[in-house]
Amino acid sequence: MGEAAKKLPRIVINEKFCKGCSICVDFCPTNVLEMKGSTVAVKDLGACTRCQLCDLRCPDFAIQVFD
Amino acid sequence: MSGTAVVEKKERVSVPFDYNKYLRPNKLPHIWCPGCGHGIVLKAMLRAIDKTGFSKDEICMISGIGCSSRTPGYVDFNTMHTLHGRALSFATGVKFANPRLKVIVVTGDGDALAIGGNHFIHTCRRNIDMTVVVMTNATYGMTGGQYSPTSPLETVATTSRYGNIEPPFDTCEMAKAAGASFVARGTAYHTLELEKTLHDAIMHKGTSVVDVIDACPTYFGRANKFKSTTHLMDVVEKDGTVNVKQADKLPPEKLEGKFLRGLLHKVDRPEYCEQYENLVMEKAKAK
Ligand SMILES: Cc1ncc(C[n+]2csc(CCOP(=O)(O)OP(=O)(O)O)c2C)c(N)n1
Ligand code: SF4
Ligand code: SF4
Ligand code: SF4
Ligand SMILES: [Mg+2]
Repeated sequence: MGEAAKKLPRIVINEKFCKGCSICVDFCPTNVLEMKGSTVAVKDLGACTRCQLCDLRCPDFAIQVFD
Repeated sequence: MSGTAVVEKKERVSVPFDYNKYLRPNKLPHIWCPGCGHGIVLKAMLRAIDKTGFSKDEICMISGIGCSSRTPGYVDFNTMHTLHGRALSFATGVKFANPRLKVIVVTGDGDALAIGGNHFIHTCRRNIDMTVVVMTNATYGMTGGQYSPTSPLETVATTSRYGNIEPPFDTCEMAKAAGASFVARGTAYHTLELEKTLHDAIMHKGTSVVDVIDACPTYFGRANKFKSTTHLMDVVEKDGTVNVKQADKLPPEKLEGKFLRGLLHKVDRPEYCEQYENLVMEKAKAK
């Protein structure tokens, strides 16, 4: 199963820093993230392309994506 | 996905930047509102500085007063948080006293162009070596959303409830006319392009002005009925600007009302500190 063997990225969210602006959710090209109350949460890790857009546009140093 | 996803460069995969290297951890999280563009600009600035290779001790970051001017408080360089509109005067003093420092001024559109407008044009005129990053959110964020010298016509602010009737400044045109030898524009939205622009601005010798269009969702966004920060960024930063390299290929109607991004002006012109030093040496030799 090639799909299952695919190495998943690691999305690190700093919940203390996240202000829930939803910029990362809105700009993620593959709908990986969602808002859960006032912080962001990972909804579909498998869809993450590691493009880094969420990190690049997060104003709050609150999200990073590691390979 | 309500925003428009644009991956600017493919090579930046899977290597997150270590911002902590340049931050003061005990000062974070920062005070900016959810979605405030100033945080995105700060991150681009840190990546740009990292690329220049200057050590933290070689950088001096100076600001005036405003939300944007809170920036130096969060970073581990030599920093000064000064008076409203006067960041450039302090910066001139610092640079003149120690020309080896790389001076970066972080200022707001109100700070730089309203109360500090005179300092702005005379800094450009002297062409003293420093980088001036103007965070243009078209409002006075810190004091509650009054209109600023860059607020577009007809926009609503706490001081223009029926729409602004004052024509805005074009910061870049003004900087160029006043004599700045490097003038560029970026947006928080085009964050990788901004990183490169800021890098080039810092490396340039002379006064570099970078006008950075960013969002104040709390005041400008709400007063002008933007649905979200993303909506504001899409309309003002993405759709409201065109990269100067693409501008030639576009018909004039596609450029109407849009701001050009990228490097807009660059000339070689004598730098102030260097000229002063030359003059002193010349006079000393003549004695
Ligand atoms: C001499 C003086 N006048 C007025 C003020 C009030 N004041 C503080 S910040 C500010 C405007 C800030 O706007 P801007 O520079 O655009 O920064 P922003 O908050 O939008 O990032 C004003 C008028 C002040 N602090 N000092
Ligand atoms: S790295 Fe790209 S694909 Fe993955 S969550 Fe962030 S924005 Fe979405
Ligand atoms: S962009 Fe940053 S602050 Fe905004 S919701 Fe995402 S992680 Fe939180
Ligand atoms: S008031 Fe506007 S400029 Fe100030 S922190 Fe909030 S969003 Fe940013
Ligand atoms: Mg402002």
